[in-house]
Amino acid sequence: MHDLAPMTPLGASAPRRDTIGPVTITEAPDWALTSVAARLGQEATSQAALEKVMGNPAPGIAGHTSGAIFSAFWIGPHIWMVEAPYATHPDLAAQIKATCADTASVTDQTGAWVRFDLTGDDLPRLMERLCNLDMGKMQAGTARRTVIEHLGCYVIRHADSITIYGPRSSAKSLHHALVTVAKSVF
Amino acid sequence: MIINHPLLGPCDAQEFVYKGDASLIDRPDGMADGTDAAFYDYAYLRDNPAGEHRELWYHEQGDRSWLVVTRNTVTHEITSVELARDVARSMGRSR
Amino acid sequence: MRLRTGGQIDRDTTISFRFDGQYYKGHPGDTLASALLANGVRLMGRSFKYHRPRGVLTAGSDEPNALVELRSGGRQEPNTRATVIELFDGLRAEPQNAWPSLKFDALAINDRLSPFLTAGFYYKTFMWPAAFWEKLYEPIIRRAAGLGSITTKPDPDAYDKGFLHCDLLIIGAGPSGLMAALTAGRAGARVILADEDFRMGGRLNAETFAISDMAGSAWAAQAVAELTTLSNVRLMPRTTVFGAFDHGIYGAVERVSDHLPTPQDGKPRQTLWRIYTKRTLLCAGALERPIAFANNDRPGIMTASALRAYVNRWAASPAETVAVFTNNDDGHRTAADLIAKGVKVVALIDTRADAPKPAGTELIAGAQVIDTSGRLGLAGITVKLANGQTRKLAVGALGVSGGWNPNVAMTCHQRGRPAWDDSIAAFIPAGDLPQGMTIAGAAEGQFSTHAALAGGATKAAQALNDLGITTTKPDLPQAEDAPTKITPFWHVRGDKRAWLDFQNDVTVKDVKLAHQEGFRSVEHLKRYTTLGMATDQGKTSNMGGLAVMAELTGQTIAQTGTTMFRPPYTPVAMGVLAGRSTGTDFRPTRLTPSHHWAKEQGAVFVEVGMWLRAQWFPRPGEKTWRESVDREVRATRNSVGVCDVTTLGKIDVQGVDAAEFLNRIYCNAFAKLPVGRVRYGLMLREDGIAYDDGTAARLAEDHFVVTTTTANAVAVYRHMEFARQCLWPDMDVQLISTTEAWAQYAIAGPNARKLLQKIVDPAFDISNDAFPFMACAEITVCNGCPARLFRISFSGELAYELAVPTRYGDALIRRIMAEGAEFDVTPYGTEALGVMRIEKGHAAGNELNGQTTALNLGMGRMVSDKKDSIGAVLSRREGLTMPDALRLVGFRPKNPQTRIPAGAHLLEKGAAMVVANDLGYVTSACYSPTLESYIAIGFLKNGQARMGETLRAASPLTGEDVEIEIVSAHFVDPEGERLRA
Repeated sequence: MHDLAPMTPLGASAPRRDTIGPVTITEAPDWALTSVAARLGQEATSQAALEKVMGNPAPGIAGHTSGAIFSAFWIGPHIWMVEAPYATHPDLAAQIKATCADTASVTDQTGAWVRFDLTGDDLPRLMERLCNLDMGKMQAGTARRTVIEHLGCYVIRHADSITIYGPRSSAKSLHHALVTVAKSVF
Repeated sequence: MIINHPLLGPCDAQEFVYKGDASLIDRPDGMADGTDAAFYDYAYLRDNPAGEHRELWYHEQGDRSWLVVTRNTVTHEITSVELARDVARSMGRSR
Repeated sequence: MRLRTGGQIDRDTTISFRFDGQYYKGHPGDTLASALLANGVRLMGRSFKYHRPRGVLTAGSDEPNALVELRSGGRQEPNTRATVIELFDGLRAEPQNAWPSLKFDALAINDRLSPFLTAGFYYKTFMWPAAFWEKLYEPIIRRAAGLGSITTKPDPDAYDKGFLHCDLLIIGAGPSGLMAALTAGRAGARVILADEDFRMGGRLNAETFAISDMAGSAWAAQAVAELTTLSNVRLMPRTTVFGAFDHGIYGAVERVSDHLPTPQDGKPRQTLWRIYTKRTLLCAGALERPIAFANNDRPGIMTASALRAYVNRWAASPAETVAVFTNNDDGHRTAADLIAKGVKVVALIDTRADAPKPAGTELIAGAQVIDTSGRLGLAGITVKLANGQTRKLAVGALGVSGGWNPNVAMTCHQRGRPAWDDSIAAFIPAGDLPQGMTIAGAAEGQFSTHAALAGGATKAAQALNDLGITTTKPDLPQAEDAPTKITPFWHVRGDKRAWLDFQNDVTVKDVKLAHQEGFRSVEHLKRYTTLGMATDQGKTSNMGGLAVMAELTGQTIAQTGTTMFRPPYTPVAMGVLAGRSTGTDFRPTRLTPSHHWAKEQGAVFVEVGMWLRAQWFPRPGEKTWRESVDREVRATRNSVGVCDVTTLGKIDVQGVDAAEFLNRIYCNAFAKLPVGRVRYGLMLREDGIAYDDGTAARLAEDHFVVTTTTANAVAVYRHMEFARQCLWPDMDVQLISTTEAWAQYAIAGPNARKLLQKIVDPAFDISNDAFPFMACAEITVCNGCPARLFRISFSGELAYELAVPTRYGDALIRRIMAEGAEFDVTPYGTEALGVMRIEKGHAAGNELNGQTTALNLGMGRMVSDKKDSIGAVLSRREGLTMPDALRLVGFRPKNPQTRIPAGAHLLEKGAAMVVANDLGYVTSACYSPTLESYIAIGFLKNGQARMGETLRAASPLTGEDVEIEIVSAHFVDPEGERLRA
């Protein structure tokens, strides 16, 4: 095992957690991410391969499906982002590529994103100050790309929480926006 | 404006980047004889209609699809939105 | 004066406020205007042009007159309408446009000069001489004109933004809006009800008539209470919907904290909402219009509806003795309401000879108010009777009603053009309404309360029916259903000035002058006289102005037409449009993986796009940036330096056709690049101009990593997606950005390999033979950390770029510094990076400036004619390939210590500094510590043939004019021996 110490997107050794009013915003650096894009003409086979790895159906348009280990969300036509715990799957991309082989283009995205998990009551009231997604209509299991404070982000609605993926280099700006807005709302 | 994305449904035009006339899909073959004139037309000549216009929009803050949006430049009414890839194929573009 | 009873104010609580240096008392529920009137203050400001004393004209957001400067310091806000300022304890407001005082305003002299200050005065008077504008006219005009003054201090408040979605947006919470909200809310639809007032109810709060068996205001409160219980209804008081935009998008400003002395900690002052609607119901009511007559602008003269609003809603009467002047039945309501409240109404003057007879006051029918008196407030009026005789009445206030205009502003925000309706003598909504908008109540010309309630219910049901939502028809409460009875009457004839636009001081005379001088269309009238162009956008004045013009031209009002209304409906603070994007939060910041470490080193940072990059790393004792940069360059060239290059755009290109795809994207050939090798690539725009450059590393047959310049990363990705989806849709190629996924460091200098060998795991041979210049590989470092290594060089030295997953970027830079200590490894910033690339003659953004071709850049032969790539065909155009085309060359000053100014143009010795003599320009310049001389690169006509010649680099901007020698742009290691070592 190598001896380089990881740093969280917010620049610390441990993830950040803020509770403001009824909402808790938690930095979640412990996720491995990889994009899986079907090769031309291999849309069905690559999806089948992905589903075999995941043990779950691949998400449809704007969807998110979660399983015991692997989750995935739709990011474009025949492109998915797969999530798994980093501790057990630091080589997620290689693992997926091994199964999908030449049916898909697989790219490690672990380092590209900062993930914040939002929990608590009244999350829609927070989200309506952040992005134009209609949280009133957005069902659990939906994932959409949107803009939060000028940053392209993915917003995933779970049954009782919301996950936001933003560009890792702007983790500090995104965190500042989330906390500022939460203080403004609550 | 609201663009009714063929996959994602109604989306705010703020999420898109505008490119221009959808005729930009129709790129001439650079290896054909006497292609200079075709490229001149392609790069520089555009219609600028007051009315219905087919144009290219890119869903940069969305699913990264290029769309062909048919929009009335006077009223901003949008009558059709298609995936540009499908349009390109229907125009005979391939590889 | 405050009436003893009544009003929707909290009499149990008294709050104090200050206006014009005086302290007064009011109650919660008051506006500044109502509280001042209750305190006997009618004079609230001075007018814009003539500095005439002015009071309130209205009781709402259409107010043109009573403009004040609210608050002080950084929160000072000019042109705030006293009629909509919600009173709070400690409120402080100052009158504006008055010097030295409101009661004695020196510039009131303008009023005496009024014969000279007519419409078009500025156009006619200050034509020449031109120099007088800057030195004389403008300073005088600037002092005299303008509405209020702005603070120059920063705004201490925060502003927010937000997004809302609904089935039905209802604009205005009067009787129709409330009834619509009840209908839609009970049906379960997602409803937003927005009203600019702090108390919902609209005119119901200002009127006395009953709905069912209760007061209108009580019914409104009851409706609001029911709506509050519905989770699908969002009530937004203090919220102005200011614009209707395309496809059902509306803009609204919620005044979250304006009714408080200062916002609560962390809370915004205002929030800008972007509202996505499926349907919109405009229930914006109607605005009463005045009648123009001589000296109709004195404090105490106001619209009749305002007079009764002050009395009914706020129990405040501007005077003990009042009169009413009307051309319609609604004016009679004002008289009746005032009489009922114990205010003495000395007369009801009705222009109609057949006016109905009022109770409790004298009717003067068929009469007109022809003049008024009172220096700082109304003291009396002169009435011309039906028989031609005149009669003077002593009154402290006069309510004027010229009829009501449906509030059509929002219906015009797309392409709507209101149409004239004779039955109510007003414009009603017509033409292309904003998508999904319908109108109910007074806004569509239905003036009775019954019609408003019925319209609200019916229109809401229709809108929801369109959306497939079924509604239950509500039981309509009983309400008055009086017909509109009006005989149009716009202005009283006479020689004296009669005001139409109170805020811009436009009188009937000005309209006559515009007509006389040929400015007869409504659009010309508006611009020539400035009618309706003030901050109130002519809500009370446009109608009167165009009625006078219609009369002068002999056309009907319908033929004359009306000007368009545009957003915003009422003024919007700049701050709320900016939202949170101010100061350091203006845009997000991107931090490199080594940011925290660089900060510890005391690095000086520079913004590059959104990135913060280390510019240089000062060391103790270094007094100038040049000392630091020179040291960083020397240390790199002599031993080894390290620089964070994460910011370069990185795009993962995969697929069976990846190589062929890049072959078409780049002008040079890529198809045959072997796996494990990197190649420099130049992208052209389709017009043949250089677009971006970078490298493409082939990690596998079907896998490349492409780099872009930092600035163009997003645009290049978009461009490649365009090519993939639109140009060659059946190529098997997939793209995804990986810029952020990797922390990447350049390690450059003669000791770069020795340093890297301490970090790269021993299984990987990075000797010169095994890993030559332009090699790339996926490797591991530090005992198994996955990494990518590229042997590429921007500095001209033996150099590598090493990438690890971003989370290990901080640890890696610390490891490089620790392992490199024996080589005195030196971190370098963007300045040293820039110096070394100029020394090496590498083109960058200054050279790829959107005007240059591959040929200009000295890479003309790279453009392959054996394949079709973007931009290749047009790059071969005659005009871009002339023999004397610009070429990238280097420049050295005759005196090595003389700076060459970047941007300077190249001239022959002795040539005049004129465009005809221009030979090219300097793009990048620096001091080269390696050559111990200033150097530069740039473009020179036919430059490759002029080596060794002497020219001048001259800058008319800085005055510098330097003799330079033309040399190769590759100052350092032109043969490339160092980078291949």
